[in-house]
Amino acid sequence: MEDKHITIFCGHYGSGKTNIAVNYAFDLKKRHESVSILDMDIVNPYFRTKDSEKELNEKNIELMCSSFAASNLDIPALPSEMYAPFCRADNYSVLDIGGDDRGAVALGRFAPLVEKSESFQMLFVVNFYRPLTQTPEEALVVMREIENACSLRFTGIVNNSNVGVQTEKKYIEDTFPLAQKLCEISALPLVMTTVRADLSAQFENIGNIFPLTLQKTIIGG
Amino acid sequence: MTDKVLMKGNEAIAEAAILAGCRFYFGYPITPQTEVAAYMAKRMPKIGSVFLQAESEVAAINMVYGVSAAGKRVMTSSSSPGISLKSEGLSYLAGSDLPALVVNVQRGGPGLGGIQPSQSDYFQATKGGGHGDYKMIVLAPASVQEMASLTVKGFDLADKYRMTSMILADGTMGQMMEPVSLEKVEVTSYEKPWAVTGTKCERKHNIANSLFLVPEELERMNFARFERYKAIEENEVMYESFMMDDAEICVVAYGIAARVSKNAIVEARKKGIKVGLVRPITLWPFPKKVLLDAAEKVKSFISVELSMGQMIEDIELAIKCKRPVTLCNRAGGMIPSPKQVLEAIENADKGGKE
Repeated sequence: MEDKHITIFCGHYGSGKTNIAVNYAFDLKKRHESVSILDMDIVNPYFRTKDSEKELNEKNIELMCSSFAASNLDIPALPSEMYAPFCRADNYSVLDIGGDDRGAVALGRFAPLVEKSESFQMLFVVNFYRPLTQTPEEALVVMREIENACSLRFTGIVNNSNVGVQTEKKYIEDTFPLAQKLCEISALPLVMTTVRADLSAQFENIGNIFPLTLQKTIIGG
Repeated sequence: MTDKVLMKGNEAIAEAAILAGCRFYFGYPITPQTEVAAYMAKRMPKIGSVFLQAESEVAAINMVYGVSAAGKRVMTSSSSPGISLKSEGLSYLAGSDLPALVVNVQRGGPGLGGIQPSQSDYFQATKGGGHGDYKMIVLAPASVQEMASLTVKGFDLADKYRMTSMILADGTMGQMMEPVSLEKVEVTSYEKPWAVTGTKCERKHNIANSLFLVPEELERMNFARFERYKAIEENEVMYESFMMDDAEICVVAYGIAARVSKNAIVEARKKGIKVGLVRPITLWPFPKKVLLDAAEKVKSFISVELSMGQMIEDIELAIKCKRPVTLCNRAGGMIPSPKQVLEAIENADKGGKE
């Protein structure tokens, strides 16, 4: 499938959007010269795209985020230069949006620019192990809330079902029927199933598996 | 499907509260606790229950007072500066013998401090915070699963003893995501003959009040309350013991500090150092007896804290200063590393006091 110039990741709070967005940008960079990632999270002061700044810089991927992102200054803000990627024809942008409808509000102001682009996809990231999106029906409610908040319609689904480091192959397989059902009731395609990189080889019969390298993890024990 | 869901600590508290029968939540947003309120805002209306964002923390805690007086399970949550604002209400709840669950997901202080995790509200939680002679049951979770289970426990204890239970978590516990099983929740319900529910002209009316104009009566209330506190100290202490059987050094830590300490202890054991951990789960009542017993066997204690050294005073009191206690700490939103704790253990092993 041909890459879109604008890829937007939205979803329920804590569904894994940022991690997927960073990994997706890495993947785009393999095929394209100019890749940007836009941190549009106005909800959460923690767990930001900026946490991966070093890796993004190393790969020469442009990171656009508020100067307050991951700074401990709890101010929701977006920088003006965020308009720039929409104006550059050769650019491939990944938009990481804050969780739920509250986060999607920030995307709303860019909606006219997104719609003007003839090459965009807006993907709904779902983890069926998260509270409030444990069934396709619940997930659809969250989808509609997000669409209403940002004035854009989703174009596809990303199944990112996992329970963190304890995830096993079976946990992911168990959610396939749920993802298919969500596709059915939303009339949208399943664009990717995202799995932790070390598990990805185990799914050879499933299409569109996208392996994820996890961002920093929290102290264990 | 596994029975587990992947939750943030803050969400686990909120969902567990609902499972425990809490149908009233009053709060005011503050990082790193906001997800409790956000989750309640989404969930409570769906089950015909009350979520209300109050105009301030002071308003929220007084709304808690009202619902509690009416005999219903009720909670509020905040982070450090917000708990300071709620402290007047906490004192009034205590003075009126009203149960409530209050959550403090601590951040660095004093003042506005910062939004990174901290344990520097230990004194405020365990020694009062508000005015007057009173205690709160203080529960310190060390995992997202415990954020849920101690929330349920907190409601039960609050009702049982007619007082406030506080979940004293740190920002890490609130923000981290872990798989949680919520299916094993067992809730106890308590009769509340004292509740202000309308007499139907069938009984003497109840009053929720903390004003006593006759000093003898106020004194009697205080003594009666402390009799209850004594029963709690005897019956409700909770702690976890880790590798303590043959330990010569005892690390004491709770919440995220306990998890870091466990990693350090496992490393120290590999080096042949006999070290264990006592993790208080109730900070009040403090696990005094287990520590006093440990003082007979170990040569020293280490208090690992995300504060300038607050729990260390309770350890010294518990062991009646029979053994040296050293402090291993970070403050201001910083977390001790396993390496730092390991170094403290190695120092203690050499008999050093640093």
